[in-house]
Amino acid sequence: MEATIPVLILAIPLFMFLFLGILGKYMSHKLAGILGTAGMGVTLILAYFTAFTYFFAGTPEFVDEAGQRLQCVVFNVDWLQLYDQLVIRLGFLLDPISAMMLVVITTISFMVHLYSNGYMRDHHGVWEKGFQRFYAFLSLFSFSMLGLVVATNIFQMYIFWELVGASSYLLIGFYYTKPSAVSASKKAFIVTRFADLGFLIGILVLSWYTGTFNFTELTSVPVADGVSAVSLTTAEGVKNIFASSAVPTFMGGSVMTWALVLIFMGGMGKSAMMPLHIWLPDAMEGPTPVSALIHAATMVVAGVYLVARLFPLYLMEPASLTIVTVVGAITALYAAMVACVQIDIKRVLAFSSISQIAFMMVSLGVATPDFHEGLGYMASMFHLFTHAMFKALLFLGAGALIHAIGSNDYTDMHGLRKYMPVTHITFLIGCLSIAGIIPFSGFFSKDEILSSCLGNSTVTYIWMSLVAGLTAFYMFRLYYLIFWWKEHKVREGHHTPHDQPWTMTLPLVILAAISCVAGFIPFGNFVTWNGEPYDFMAHFDWNVATISLIVAVAGIAVATWLYRKENSVPAKMRAAIPALWDWCYHRFYFDELYMFITHKIIFGCISRPIAWFDRHVVDGAMDGMAYVTNKAAYAIRCMQSGNVQMYVWIYLLGALLLGAVTAVCLMF
Amino acid sequence: MEITMIYYLIPALVMFCCGLYGFITRKNMIAMLISLELMLNAVDINFVVFNRFLFPEQMEGMFFTLFAIAMAAAETALAIAIIINVFRWGKRIDVSDLTKLKD
Repeated sequence: MEATIPVLILAIPLFMFLFLGILGKYMSHKLAGILGTAGMGVTLILAYFTAFTYFFAGTPEFVDEAGQRLQCVVFNVDWLQLYDQLVIRLGFLLDPISAMMLVVITTISFMVHLYSNGYMRDHHGVWEKGFQRFYAFLSLFSFSMLGLVVATNIFQMYIFWELVGASSYLLIGFYYTKPSAVSASKKAFIVTRFADLGFLIGILVLSWYTGTFNFTELTSVPVADGVSAVSLTTAEGVKNIFASSAVPTFMGGSVMTWALVLIFMGGMGKSAMMPLHIWLPDAMEGPTPVSALIHAATMVVAGVYLVARLFPLYLMEPASLTIVTVVGAITALYAAMVACVQIDIKRVLAFSSISQIAFMMVSLGVATPDFHEGLGYMASMFHLFTHAMFKALLFLGAGALIHAIGSNDYTDMHGLRKYMPVTHITFLIGCLSIAGIIPFSGFFSKDEILSSCLGNSTVTYIWMSLVAGLTAFYMFRLYYLIFWWKEHKVREGHHTPHDQPWTMTLPLVILAAISCVAGFIPFGNFVTWNGEPYDFMAHFDWNVATISLIVAVAGIAVATWLYRKENSVPAKMRAAIPALWDWCYHRFYFDELYMFITHKIIFGCISRPIAWFDRHVVDGAMDGMAYVTNKAAYAIRCMQSGNVQMYVWIYLLGALLLGAVTAVCLMF
Repeated sequence: MEITMIYYLIPALVMFCCGLYGFITRKNMIAMLISLELMLNAVDINFVVFNRFLFPEQMEGMFFTLFAIAMAAAETALAIAIIINVFRWGKRIDVSDLTKLKD
C-alpha cells in the first residue's frame, strides 16, 4: 500500500492543530469551526478508504490464500537512533484492529467536530471563549489517537499514549477559569501518569528481555517483506524469545508476567479500571463533546486496545489474563452499582463507560483460542466498536439536554420527551442499545461477550449477566428520570427547552442509525485475534442470547416500574438500604480513600519529613556557604582602599615575592 | 670596548625603576602618567635589545615595540581625557582624592 494516504491521515489533524492553534485567533469563530470540521471530514474519508482497502481489496499484503488477515507495515521510519541497537521508529501498522479503530476514531471525531459547532455557543449564538483553541485541541487529540492505534512499536504507542493524555488534560481543563475543571484536569493527568509509570517499566522490562519494541516481532512472524501473520505457532516462536526470560522470576511471577501486568497497569489507568478509575468521573468537567469523544468512545478504550494489541503475549501467560479478567469483573460491577444512584447525568454515563470498558476487558481476559477460536477477543473489539457509537450518542444526547437546560442534574430535567423529540428518540435508541435489546448493536456485542464468559467459567458468566441487568436498569432509570417522571417545570430565567440546531441533531441521528444497524455487521469476518475469519452465526448460542435478553428486559422493567411516573417507591427503597445507597452515591468513598492515602500518609509521613530535610539540611548547607562567603567578604573589604598607589605597592611586592619563590625553586 | 646587551639593559632597568618610583610616590596624575610612559619605554628598549642581540634575523621585537608605542599613545590620550574630566569634577588632579570607585 502506498504511504501517501496513511501519512495524510496523521498529517491533516496535526496540521489543523498547528494551523488553528497559531492562526485561530485571527479568524472568525465560524471559519475556525468549519475548517476544523472540514479537516476532520477529509481525514474521515481517507481513513474509511484505508480501512475499506484493507478489508476488501484482498491483495496479498493484506490477506493470504487461506483467508487469514495479515499485519501490514505501511511505513516505518527511524525517528530517534540512540545507538545501534536502540532505534525508536514511527510508522503505520495496518491490521484488523487498527483499521477498525481508524473507522471508530474518525467517525466519532467527525461527529464531535460537527456537534461542537452547535454546542460551543449559547442560545443567542454567542460563541464560547476559546472556541478556536477548542478545535485546535480536538485536532491534536485526533492526531494523537490515530497515531496511537497505528503504532508499529510499543514505544511509538507510548509516545502517543502520553499525547492523548496531554490533550485529554488540555480539554478537561478547557474552562480553565473554573476551579473544579482545573483540579479535574490535574487529577486526570496525575492518575494516568502514575499508571503510565507502570506502563513504562513494563515496556522496558519487555523490550529488555525480547530485544525489540516492534509489535510484529512480538506478536507474529513475518510471512513476506513488511507483512506478518499472527498464529498459535508464531506464539510458540515468540515463546523462544522468552526462553531466556522464563528463568528469572520476581516475587513468584516470571519476568514476562510482570512485564505484562505492568503494561496492563498503564491500560488500567487510561481505561479507568478500579482502583485507578477515580479520574474519569471528574473528567466530566470538560465540555460534553469532549466527554463523548475522549472519555467515552476513544481514549478510554486505549487500555483495551493495548491488551488486544499484545494479546498473543497475554495468551502465553494465563496468570496475566486472569488478572485482566478479575480487575475487569470487579470494575464492571462496581461502576454499574455506582451508576445506579448518581444524580449528574454525565456522571451516570461516565460510570456506565467504566462498566462497559470493564466488559471489554473481561472479554479479553476470558478469550482463549480453544473456546470458539478466541471468541472473546472478537467480542471485545466488537463491543468496543458498538460501545463507541452508542456511548458517543448518549453523551452527545446528554450534551444536547445540558445545553437546553443549563444543568447537569436530572432533577432539573424530568418530562422532556415532548419538548425535545429528536433527542428523546435518539437517546432512547442509545439506551436500548447499551441495555442489549435486540436488534440494537449492543445486544450482539454484549451477547458475544457473555457467550465467551460462559466458555470460561459459570461464575464469570453469572457475574457479568448481573452487571448487564444492572446496566439496563441504570440506563433506563436515567432515561425515565430525564424524559418522564413528571411534567417538566421550566426553571426560572430559562426559556422552554427545545431541540438543538441541525449541527447538533444530525450527529445524534447518524449515530443512532449506526447503533441500530451496527449489530448486523459480520464482525467475525473482519476482526479476530489471529486474522482468520470467524463465522459468528454458526456458533451462535441461543440460550445465552435468550437469557441476556430476559435479563435486560427485567432490568428495564424494574426501571419502568420505579421511575416512569413520579412515586415514592424509590425514596422508600433508599430509606430501606441507606448504607448501601450512601456507599454507592459516594462511589464507595474511593476519592476519600485516595485523599487519605495521599494527604495523610504520603504527604504527612513521607513528603513532610523530606520537605523538612530539604529546607533545613540541603537549604541549610547552601545558606551556610552563602553566610560564610558574606562574612568573609565583609572582613576583607577594608583591603580595598581605593588608593591606586597602594595597589601598585602590593602588586609590586607580590611580583617580587613570586619572583623570589620561583628563583628559590629553580635553585633547588 | 665591545658594546654588549648589558649596556642597554642597565639604563633600561634604571628607567624602569625611576618610573616605578615615580608612579608610586607622585600624587599628581600627570606625573604618574609620565612615570608610566617611562616604564613603558624601558620595556620597549628591552624588546628592541633582545631582538637585536638574541634573534638578529627576526623582527618580532621591533614590531612589538612599534605596537607598544601605538598603544601607549592611545592609552595616554585616554588617560588625559580621564584626567581632564577628573579636573572638571574636583578642580584637582590629586590621585589620593580618587578613592570613591571602591564602592
